Amino acid sequence: MKKMIQHGLAIVDSPYDEDGKKRTLVNKLLLGLTPSQYLLQAFRNPFNWILAAIFAIGIPILIGRFFFGLAWATSGSNDYPWGLFLGFGLFAMVPLSSSGFQLGTACEIFGRHDLEPIERLALLNGLLGYFFAVMYLLADLGQPWRLPYPMVVSFGPAAVLFLVAWHVATYLSVQVAEVSTAFFEWIGFPAGKRGVRKITLGLTVSGIILSTLHQGALGALFTYAPGKVHPLWYSSSFQWLHFFVSSLPGGLCMVITVSTIAAKTMAWRGDSRFREKLDKVTVSLAKGACMGIATYITIKLIAIAHDNKWAYLDTGWGQWFMLEIIVGFMLPLTLMTYGVHTRKMAIVRLGAFMTVFGVVLNRVNTAMITFNWKLPHREIPPWREVIISLTIFATYIVVYRFILYRLPILYKWRQQEQEETVPEAVPAPALGRREASSIPVASYSSMTKLD
Amino acid sequence: MKRRNFLKACLIGGTTIALGKTNKGYASGSFEGYPEAMGVLVDTTRCIGCRSCEAACNKEQKLPEPDTSFDDPAVFEHDRRPTSKAYTVVNRYQKEQPSGPVYRKVQCNHCNEPACLTSCFVNAYTKTQEGAVIYNSKVCVGCRNCMIACPFNAPGYDYDSATNPIVKKCILCYDTRLKYGKPPACVEICPQEALTFGHRADLIKLAHERIRATPERYVDHVYGEKEVGGTSWLYLAPVGFDKLGFDTTLSNDPIISNVKDFLGMVPMVLSIWPALFSGIHLLCKNQEHGEHGHETESNQEDTKP
Ligand code: SF4
Ligand code: SF4
Repeated sequence: MKKMIQHGLAIVDSPYDEDGKKRTLVNKLLLGLTPSQYLLQAFRNPFNWILAAIFAIGIPILIGRFFFGLAWATSGSNDYPWGLFLGFGLFAMVPLSSSGFQLGTACEIFGRHDLEPIERLALLNGLLGYFFAVMYLLADLGQPWRLPYPMVVSFGPAAVLFLVAWHVATYLSVQVAEVSTAFFEWIGFPAGKRGVRKITLGLTVSGIILSTLHQGALGALFTYAPGKVHPLWYSSSFQWLHFFVSSLPGGLCMVITVSTIAAKTMAWRGDSRFREKLDKVTVSLAKGACMGIATYITIKLIAIAHDNKWAYLDTGWGQWFMLEIIVGFMLPLTLMTYGVHTRKMAIVRLGAFMTVFGVVLNRVNTAMITFNWKLPHREIPPWREVIISLTIFATYIVVYRFILYRLPILYKWRQQEQEETVPEAVPAPALGRREASSIPVASYSSMTKLD
Repeated sequence: MKRRNFLKACLIGGTTIALGKTNKGYASGSFEGYPEAMGVLVDTTRCIGCRSCEAACNKEQKLPEPDTSFDDPAVFEHDRRPTSKAYTVVNRYQKEQPSGPVYRKVQCNHCNEPACLTSCFVNAYTKTQEGAVIYNSKVCVGCRNCMIACPFNAPGYDYDSATNPIVKKCILCYDTRLKYGKPPACVEICPQEALTFGHRADLIKLAHERIRATPERYVDHVYGEKEVGGTSWLYLAPVGFDKLGFDTTLSNDPIISNVKDFLGMVPMVLSIWPALFSGIHLLCKNQEHGEHGHETESNQEDTKP
């Protein structure tokens, strides 16, 4: 893509091409390239070859899982009912996707408009993370076609999983609505966008409620199994708090991670605003993440003190626990604090990567590695299970990239050609008092011509 | 079923509070089990490890042929657990003791307040008046949360089936026997009378009487009388229960009470968060930066320093 842009290709960032003609949907989908140009650039990208290899092996195995059953594809054991699909796919993907509600809250509720360059990325990160967590879940359920049962057929309202099911389902639709503004801009449907903006505040508040509850609920699921999860990862009173609080830095650091990767691998797609503001926004996110990590470490210690579990620290499990806490949380906390103070962005980003790792490790530890710690054997996921997990993750990356290439997530859609700007300029009523101060339409064109 | 209803009321109540309706108060209390519940007393001092109960269960529940025959003692080399092909298994403990080995039959204990039931999000489990915990395969989604939750590792899963994998565990022969007042197949066949079928309340009395009559024969504890809120299967043992593979760290509270902290928090979040965050939003809007356009329809650079 970079090369083509150097050779004078205009990037698609408005409904009109260089000649002022309205772009067709196909044109937008192909990023303004001709089909042969598009294929050419796709073939040139070595990453695509890796993905192709993963899909070539993974998709048949994924299909095989539905034909030959769970025993064929997974370790499928009575003692360890939950393997990689849930341990990694559900329990780790969901906290890494808490970014949507956090940035939504910061921008829409607390009025942190300086974070807006990254708000859409955070919302998208949330949506895709949840969506793919559900994909992992579908691969894991014995009877995936019955997924809607807790919604329509048979209710177990006293069960924590019932809450998770309902909240994830409703929250997914909230997130679809939140991300849809970008989609509406891109396909050219301003009325839809205005409609969604009217209910933004409601969406955001319901996002906070649903997220608090189901992030916590995922932790509370393990309180059904006292004694099965190793005591260092278990706390009957605080489990939901641990999961909820660690999801906060998890989500923020995931956004730092994704934006770093995007800035490196698809710099052409970000607009000047994204490129210039990224470091500043990253610093803000990192500060928030540091607060979250500090709180998390504190409540982890409180839980150990509360049940007086210090003796466990002196065991092999204790060392594993310390490794998780130190490498996954304390070290990144130090790195990010230092990086934020000295404005050394590479260090801040390294800290964010490590936090993502720490959160994933914590979830995998709770759901798989330390689960049934009293039993003599541990379960090692068989290769088919690993490959299926990898394939779903690769799909996640492909969809993520597909959307970032096209929708106005990292850049602003320049749709306001004269006739469209007039209705567009009427600010959304939900924003109440801001109406008076909305910026005249004319100012926009001078801004966006910057790059 | 008071406790369960209480929790449901909590959730439903929480939602209705949030919707501005009134909430009926429910008292919390611990559920002691149905008064008429039946049960089985297992006297491990009488069991000789003949495994006739395993064979009877296999036949009664129409389970597949076992890998090794029911009189092959080789199975005692390893601890086994119930699976989808065997609802009950007999394990041998204390092998090296001069007093001889102790055998213990393992199956679903039919808890008074079952963890499998309270953790299932489609209500696939039912605790019947007769005390059996039965399972409805028609609604099970296959999340296997019940297996995570069961403190006795009882439910097994049909991992091999691609089209209709279901949870399989002892159902106290509910459909074929218990419903008609008959004892389960394993109890009926036991040649040693190691298994006694009867009203749970009577069995508890009987167990304590046996301990009183021959205190040298038993440790003074009836496993299942109090554990996780009480179970329909009760055990007597000649040595400490921990030596027979029983989990002696279980508390006397039902599993669901561990989850209460969280369930109690749910209505709070539902009712407090909307007001809290809308309030914060209003406050923030009145501050100076609220004056500047959010991402309104103009592509304005944000103005906050
Ligand atoms: S022993 Fe396990 S499967 Fe049986 S009723 Fe209790 S929780 Fe359910
Ligand atoms: S596996 Fe089936 S019975 Fe068990 S909790 Fe899930 S839905 Fe309920």
